[in-house]
Amino acid sequence: MIELQNVAYSYGGGELLSDMTLTLAAGSFYFLTGPSGAGKSTFLKLCYMELIASAGSVSVFGQDVRDLDRDGVALNRRRIGVVHQDCQFLEHLPIAENISLPLSAAGRAGDAQNLDELMAWVGLRDKAHRLPAELSGGERQRAALARALIMSPDVVLADEPTGNVDWEMSQRLLTLLIELNRMGKTIVIATHDLNLIRMAKNQVNARVLRIADRRLQLAGAGL
Amino acid sequence: MSWFQSDSQADRIVPPSGFTANLTTFAAAAMAFLAVFALALSFATGRLADRWSAELARSSTVRISAPEGQIAAQTQAALNVLNTTPGVASATVLGPEEQRALLAPWFGPDLPIDTLPLPQLIDVIEDGDGFDVDGLRLRLSAEAPGAVLDDHTRWRRPLIKAASRLRMLGFFSILLIGLTTAAMITLAANAALAANAQVIRVLRLVGAQDLYIARAFIRRFAQRAGVGALAGVVLAMIGVALLPEASTAGGFLTGLGFQGFEWIWPLFIPILAAGVAYWATRYAALRTLRGLT
Repeated sequence: MIELQNVAYSYGGGELLSDMTLTLAAGSFYFLTGPSGAGKSTFLKLCYMELIASAGSVSVFGQDVRDLDRDGVALNRRRIGVVHQDCQFLEHLPIAENISLPLSAAGRAGDAQNLDELMAWVGLRDKAHRLPAELSGGERQRAALARALIMSPDVVLADEPTGNVDWEMSQRLLTLLIELNRMGKTIVIATHDLNLIRMAKNQVNARVLRIADRRLQLAGAGL
Repeated sequence: MSWFQSDSQADRIVPPSGFTANLTTFAAAAMAFLAVFALALSFATGRLADRWSAELARSSTVRISAPEGQIAAQTQAALNVLNTTPGVASATVLGPEEQRALLAPWFGPDLPIDTLPLPQLIDVIEDGDGFDVDGLRLRLSAEAPGAVLDDHTRWRRPLIKAASRLRMLGFFSILLIGLTTAAMITLAANAALAANAQVIRVLRLVGAQDLYIARAFIRRFAQRAGVGALAGVVLAMIGVALLPEASTAGGFLTGLGFQGFEWIWPLFIPILAAGVAYWATRYAALRTLRGLT
């Protein structure tokens, strides 16, 4: 799915990530941990091609990211669902339209038959016509997850998806992501919430990666 | 064609911008209003040039300046020459009333023409083939030494040239108005793109290609320009229709406007404005989007 070979990323003169090698296989489940500022979000941005590695190579669905033009990047992003910590909605559109935005962008606006079912699955069916600003933090996160899934992507990358929600909501979101993984999706969750990771390890075969000292390390024994 | 296909959600991905949108529409209306008048000016000067060219090319004047006792004889001699010249359709001696009418705009209607030493004028109308001007001059100088043939070329050419240039100036003005509209739309589109950077970022993240994003802006600006231009054209056409009727007494100014099928031409301006907006926004949007990481 996504392969990183000796990837480094420099930002503002200094190297933030260094010598990272990893293959995200189909149907795998990863937690990405590390202290704030370690580069978890940067790692995810490299995976969904918002950033280009300053060294090494990133390959997405078998294509080297450097060889992709802007349209190529857009087409590949349709196969990757991204959940941002701050959700990133179009604030002037109702939440249902935000969720179906990837379909519209892909010229498949007519394929929104599953929208209602998806909104029910994330518990937002009765909030379809609300604006994003009218939803709570947890509802926004669930809406962001629904938007990430509307295109039935192969990979879901979630950046601190439980960062702004209470523990109960965190558990609900995690359950949704585990359910997706059981459907064969590749899941990567960047989080510093160790309780969430511990809870997940009882339900899914998750690998835990840790970014420390600019490098990617396999963690988990102590979790 | 996909550029024009409507996707109701795609049309709304750019948030409404209120005041800026109204300014774009107003500017398009103002430009269209000016374009209609420039078009009217071009048509009017074109008609004027054609009329002067056609009318003056077919008429000449023979002026007889001779001592009072010889005027009648030389007039008759000149008439004889003219009536026997191939290419002359008619030669008519202007009477006192006609000469008074000619001078009335400068000296008033009560001019005592009998007391003035005015030359006798003969109005000469050519037929389709025209006559040999140099040959006629030679024959007149031999038969009527006081006769001078004026074929109006001396002052006709600059007039026609001036009218033609005025027409070109009108068309050039329309071109300038079009370019100004394009520049204005480009600036407005750039401002809209900058103001909607976050919208663009979200769209890119969900897999939107540049053309999809650009289309949302293009449709919006083309609609604003088209609607604004239509309003401007309607107002300008009402203004042109209310101008005084063309009449010989009024001269050029009263002829400013459209005649017959010319009224159709302003109706193309809104389409043209929408087209200009389409290309200007497309250029601005794609250039901006390609500049983003």
